[in-house]
Amino acid sequence: MRMACEECRCSAEITQDKWEKLDEIIAKYKGRPGALIQVLHEAQELIGYLPREAQVRVAEGLDIPLSEVYSVVTFYALFSLKPKGRHQINVCKGTACYVRGADRILEKLEDTLGITEGDTTSDGRFSIEVVRCMGACGLGPVIRVDDDIYARLKPDRVPEILKKYD
Amino acid sequence: MDLVTLTIDGQRVQVPRGTTILEAAEAAGVDIPTLCYLKDINVVGSCRVCVVEVEGAKSLQASCVTPVGEGMVVRTNTPAVREARRTVLELILSNHPFECLTCVRNGNCELQALANRFGIRDVEYMGERATFPRDESTPAIVRDPNKCILCRRCMSVCSKVQTVFALAPNGRGFDSMIAPAFFDDLSNVACAQCGQCILVCPTGALSERDHTQEVWAALADPRKHVVVQTAPAVRATVGEECGLPAGTLVTGNLVAALRRLGFDRVFDTDFAADLTIMEEGHELIERIEHGGRLPMITSCSPGWIKFIEHFYPELLPHLSTCKSPQQMFGALAKTYYAEKSGIDPRDIFVVSVMPCTAKKFEAKRPEMTSSGYPDVDAVLTSRELGRMIREAGIDLGAIEPEDYDLPLGISTGAGAIFGATGGVMEAALRTVYEVVTGKELTNVDFEDVRGLAGVKEASVDLAGLNVRVAVAHGLGNARKLLDKVKKGEAPYHFIEIMCCPGGCIGGGGQPIPTNDEIRARRIDAIYREDRGMKLRKSHENPVVQELYREFLGKPLGHKSHELLHTRYTARSRYVV
Repeated sequence: MRMACEECRCSAEITQDKWEKLDEIIAKYKGRPGALIQVLHEAQELIGYLPREAQVRVAEGLDIPLSEVYSVVTFYALFSLKPKGRHQINVCKGTACYVRGADRILEKLEDTLGITEGDTTSDGRFSIEVVRCMGACGLGPVIRVDDDIYARLKPDRVPEILKKYD
Repeated sequence: MDLVTLTIDGQRVQVPRGTTILEAAEAAGVDIPTLCYLKDINVVGSCRVCVVEVEGAKSLQASCVTPVGEGMVVRTNTPAVREARRTVLELILSNHPFECLTCVRNGNCELQALANRFGIRDVEYMGERATFPRDESTPAIVRDPNKCILCRRCMSVCSKVQTVFALAPNGRGFDSMIAPAFFDDLSNVACAQCGQCILVCPTGALSERDHTQEVWAALADPRKHVVVQTAPAVRATVGEECGLPAGTLVTGNLVAALRRLGFDRVFDTDFAADLTIMEEGHELIERIEHGGRLPMITSCSPGWIKFIEHFYPELLPHLSTCKSPQQMFGALAKTYYAEKSGIDPRDIFVVSVMPCTAKKFEAKRPEMTSSGYPDVDAVLTSRELGRMIREAGIDLGAIEPEDYDLPLGISTGAGAIFGATGGVMEAALRTVYEVVTGKELTNVDFEDVRGLAGVKEASVDLAGLNVRVAVAHGLGNARKLLDKVKKGEAPYHFIEIMCCPGGCIGGGGQPIPTNDEIRARRIDAIYREDRGMKLRKSHENPVVQELYREFLGKPLGHKSHELLHTRYTARSRYVV
């Protein structure tokens, strides 16, 4: 079974200040057609992810059914229902990287960190996400950690790369 | 009119510009199969079962969304078309459980019918299957997402017609599922339990919670005195479950069949509908005379009640406090009838036959125990009763008609028309007119409130007071009236709202398929029933009169308030 519901049941740690900022974002876009994705985008930038409470606030604020908000959130890979780690690892599984062994890189990352793709380590240090093509096909397999690109990667190099981030 | 001429399977066809190929083919008598298509409601071209060849086009076209063009040459039955349709069906079947024999829709499933029509004998693409848990969280509706083919018909009816938005696609690709937000249980979201989603589901992904086993068990239990009540709309629809054409009235046959099934007494919700009119009519008069909250809004449709509780809780004081006829009946069966017949109410088992799934929810509401017991023990939809009748081998069309039992089986035409949109309003006007003016109402037919228009209005002169009324059916139409009420722009005294399009004859527990043509035929049957009744005004019902004399006292009296009136609960739109 693949469901995202358990994770987003968590009570979000959204500070008063962030709630106010979220309301400002909603107010800025309210009434504009097609505002939902932009609001969700800014909400995620503000909070780091899109917990249930934030989605309800957006639904209420924009007067859009919650079912539609959640539908959009779960359709676009850009949106996350879970808190992100301090360091974001993106593993490219676009065609070129895929045929050049992206799977083995991902496997190594998952083994080393003890989490699976889409998850965050319990110490909040890393999140792993699979992405489709970073436009560096000649350099595959490619991963990105925050803003650093690691190209022509071999699984053995993974532990030493991870050590650079705390 | 701007007409377009095209050729379909060699036939010349002339249709208005803007018509789709599917509609043009229908006009020409060519049957193109469809699956995700639902006329006017879900026209998305996603399943590709309706593909056809259009000369000059690079690929096959989905006929449900492709408009006709001048000189177009369409072929609906070529090797390429047949192959494409078969492939589409095989792909759908590759992710569908092969449980046809044990499925609630066995024999009435659009996917099964198509697989049969296209002679699918094996499925080439057997691979991984998505598995999702069954959702049995509500008393009314069961979701089995594993049988869902993602056609989005349920979601379209829920959002476009009912404006409830309980269902939407969650997730993406192989993981996607039509479900409440956050893959939540249906009981945790603002769902009216109306069951319109069930009516449009092509497969068994959505169905009613089945109560037939409980009812069979009660019928087999010698200690139980099992009484049944039949909703007004059911006599105009159960026939369809038993192979009779839509619009066949089966009142007496239904009574006979229920007796044959073993019910100890066969009573009629129409009786309780007459009683509802007495209580609700007097409540309206009192609100008008004593400055009560107006417009007053009807309260007999439990899907509508749940909707207003979630979406317009601030308007709850507008609702009549009357229980629905189903619940009035239950409360009286376990008090008045128990007393009168000398049966211990704990031994009485009340079964309702309803056009409705929300009635199952209503019967389980905690406040519906004013008799000291659950007022209604089990609720069967028209479909479930149809199954029981078929299981027992009863030929509903051929069985000799019988009469309802005394006393709670006596009713008037006013009770019967509760089954169609506008009927409660019309029944109320027939009684309120005579009570207020003291004059006889000679023409009892209030045509303005009848029919399938979404919102209907009328006004009636009651001894110098021009009483303005409105009627809406389908929750999207209800919203239009409620928004006016909210803004203080609704100039009405009384509003009737029915949750389902067409009223109860189009209820979520009714035979599948239900569409506008079938709704119209069922409505005709309801008014035929009314015309055939000797008594057509609720206050003329002799048993209702006797009930007030012997037991209740007067409308809105102390005992009425105790047994026949209720209260409502404000609910959240988001987390329940």
